[in-house]
Amino acid sequence: MARVLRAIGQVLLYGAFAGVIGYFSVRPVYQAMAPDQALIKLSFSHAAQPVGACHQRTAEELARLPPNMRAPEVCPRERSPVTFELDLDGKTVVRAVLPPTGVARDGAARLYQRFPVQAGVHRVRVRLRDNVRDTGYTYTREGSINLVPGQVFVIDFNSRRGGFVFK
Amino acid sequence: MLKIIQSAGQTVFSRLDRLFSAVFGDRANPLYHLGALGFYFFWVVAVSGIYLYIFFETSTVAAYQSIERLTHDQWWLGGVMRSLHRYGSDAMVAVMFTHMTREFLFDRMRGPRWYSWFTGVPLIAFVYASGINGYWLVWDRLAQYIAVTTAEWIDWLPFFTEPIARNFLNEAAVSDRFFSLLSFLHIGIPLFLLLAMWIHIQRIAHARTNPPRRLAAGTLAALLVLSLAFPALSQGPANLDTVDARVGLDWFYLPLYPLIDRWGSGTVWALVGGSGLLLMVLPWLPYRKRDPVAVVSLPNCNGCGWCFADCPYSAVTLAPRTDGLPFDHEAVVNPELCIACGICVGSCPTATPFRRLTDLTPGIDLPDRNIRELRERTVAACAGLEGPARVLVYGCRHSAHADQLIAPGVTVLTVPCLAALPPSFIDFVIMRRQADGVLLAGCNRGNCHYRLGTDWTTQRLAGERDPRLRERVPRNRIEVFHGGRGWPDSLPEVLVQFRARLTSLAPLNEKPPHPAAKTPEQQHGAD
Repeated sequence: MARVLRAIGQVLLYGAFAGVIGYFSVRPVYQAMAPDQALIKLSFSHAAQPVGACHQRTAEELARLPPNMRAPEVCPRERSPVTFELDLDGKTVVRAVLPPTGVARDGAARLYQRFPVQAGVHRVRVRLRDNVRDTGYTYTREGSINLVPGQVFVIDFNSRRGGFVFK
Repeated sequence: MLKIIQSAGQTVFSRLDRLFSAVFGDRANPLYHLGALGFYFFWVVAVSGIYLYIFFETSTVAAYQSIERLTHDQWWLGGVMRSLHRYGSDAMVAVMFTHMTREFLFDRMRGPRWYSWFTGVPLIAFVYASGINGYWLVWDRLAQYIAVTTAEWIDWLPFFTEPIARNFLNEAAVSDRFFSLLSFLHIGIPLFLLLAMWIHIQRIAHARTNPPRRLAAGTLAALLVLSLAFPALSQGPANLDTVDARVGLDWFYLPLYPLIDRWGSGTVWALVGGSGLLLMVLPWLPYRKRDPVAVVSLPNCNGCGWCFADCPYSAVTLAPRTDGLPFDHEAVVNPELCIACGICVGSCPTATPFRRLTDLTPGIDLPDRNIRELRERTVAACAGLEGPARVLVYGCRHSAHADQLIAPGVTVLTVPCLAALPPSFIDFVIMRRQADGVLLAGCNRGNCHYRLGTDWTTQRLAGERDPRLRERVPRNRIEVFHGGRGWPDSLPEVLVQFRARLTSLAPLNEKPPHPAAKTPEQQHGAD
């Protein structure tokens, strides 16, 4: 009798073990965002303009340098911070001044954000300035987008492709 | 505060111990084999993973498709292997945390045990890195969610000039080479995990890395039934151009992901880093003075090696003789590894109360709880026993509360571990008629505070391990109670039955008392 009870107990405990493993292996389901929302991903990595203008070395300056370092033009190494703004339906939702990366501040400025929005039609306007010597925005783009639930809308930036890229 | 938490946790675990021991028996109690089960699940995952890898294709589209084919077209083996791979991994996480919690609550991470605890903390990171990395390989909707969130989490660290998350902006961003990298990592990280597991047990003698066969078969059967009844399935192919509002998470591996969504990457990094740091320093919080470690007395050590064989933490080694005595070896104690359990003293053939020496010094001894003092305490305690069925109880200080047994005709002495008691003491007490019987109250089998004490005691009493209890000692005058703190109510009942049995036994032949049986006053010349 005791052996039977122990066997039943083992079946129950092994069952409980398997049940816990099986259940928490996939449940409870996680609600990452509301079902009627879409996702906007905002991301770019952009090497901005140098903080100062390049200048041509004079003959005297070149003469003072070792022969292997006599580059005729010299530019400041540090890059400008990137100023970025995103307006969604007329309201500014992202405003950022992104410093250049790297110890010498000569790397690309980077941005990555994602935020869920209600599905539907939205008006998007983005602006970017990558030169501290300028006052206005170097790149702008605006447009209307129609997002369906679950859609991922990407706002990227590529200066070689003309600026902002909507995907 | 810490003691309150540990005491409450010990109560909970002790009750669970009792339940599981009643069902599985002491030897196959899963709670006593959590570490071994962790190793076992690693091998289950490794074997099933090797099978899956044969069929896995490393490209963006083919990765998902190859696993789908395996799951549905070959459900009878490939599907089962996939499910075993997942459920085995989950089970490994479950036993790993239960093992860690148990060791913490029973305060088994202090002193020389810090090493196993400390090296166990990185294991958590390796297990998680292996498991999360594995989920990416499926490249379904869950993998997509994990990939994006993991990349965003890592991007918080100021190490990368280009955000990793940009690799998952949309479908066009993911390349086939990415899957080659992932599969390479999914082999490399578990190999490092195995190495870390090996390091984890380096300072443990007779480490158990295999659970009892019955337990191994039972858990495997449970996982197999689960795999057949609820096979692990993918959650639809990944598509980075869309996002799912609901994801079926594996909560064993991914509980931090919702927190990253809600609290942000920085907070979760702080949580993970802070928890890891706290776990690593836990053996020293708060600082406690260590018990004095075992000391070898060379003039009394014959280099027999029994202490070397019995030490649960490899703190005793044998070295060539240095004092000129005609023995090959001498015992050497490494103070960094000695936990002061006294098991070496219990194994020493010279630690016998029958020795007719005024200064009883064995070959190896604990300075603060030495064998001479134990003989004096034994003699003094027995001197006060009166009436029929006089019982001396040797109680392990980490086990059942033996002090509750003190009553007329019953006296209790506490020892660090039952295996710290040389069997000759039982002989001494019974054959010198200092008591009618000896009750040994120790930890439960498989759950010895010092790992091997109950095993060694059982084997010594059964005559299977040196030092053996002499055959002349009547076994019916000895009762052994292997019950931890989860059995507090059983111990008095065991004593009652033991005394009843003693009462029914014929008296032993009377022998003259041993000189050591004199009281301390008598030894110093008093009347």
